[in-house]
Amino acid sequence: MAATDLPATPDELKQRIETGIPGATAAVTGDGHHFNAVVSASAFQGLSRIAQHRLVYDVFGAELGDRIHALSIQTQAPASTAPETENIA
Amino acid sequence: MSEDVSIQIREAIQSAISENPVILFMKGTPDQPMCGFSARTVAILQSVGKPFAAVNILPDPRIRQELSGVSNWPTIPQLFIDGEFVGGCDIVTEMYESGELQTALGVEDATNGDSGQAAPEPAAQEPAPLTIENRL
Repeated sequence: MAATDLPATPDELKQRIETGIPGATAAVTGDGHHFNAVVSASAFQGLSRIAQHRLVYDVFGAELGDRIHALSIQTQAPASTAPETENIA
Repeated sequence: MSEDVSIQIREAIQSAISENPVILFMKGTPDQPMCGFSARTVAILQSVGKPFAAVNILPDPRIRQELSGVSNWPTIPQLFIDGEFVGGCDIVTEMYESGELQTALGVEDATNGDSGQAAPEPAAQEPAPLTIENRL
């Protein structure tokens, strides 16, 4: 990837999420180290919340915890009114 | 050699997960969290009032490395309930706010009304932290 030496920006994260995940729209805020991403994507449909978050983490791989110090994520499949839930119990 | 240690660490993590109904892998300890996300997750678990085991991942970088291999999850903290990976701080927060966490922990009684005021009795104040380092 390009830009790995530059500080991360909310805009960069937003674009990479939207490019990396099919049908994604992202709103990203952050200070260059700590970021918060609210992501809606058609690719999330039918996935557990854990799987949805994994898709977002996968966009950044090893940069997480390093160049991107911390990333909070909220995900949502666009059509669903109720958030996806996983059966963990 | 280091390969062996990694396998040992992974096995210790796996048995800690299977032996403890609720276990949190975090940075620092419940009394002294070393990261805001770990602190928040501890605060949520404590407010739900369910005892939980806690493992500090900071003493050895291999703990985190092996943990992420087990859970396929890149960030800390990580919560497991009944042997299942539940999520990190964001997911635990969402589940707490929706009442799912209380259900998963079997403490749903207090939140049946689900008025957004999920504040169960803060009785259990002895979470009995467990350290994995001692077993490595």
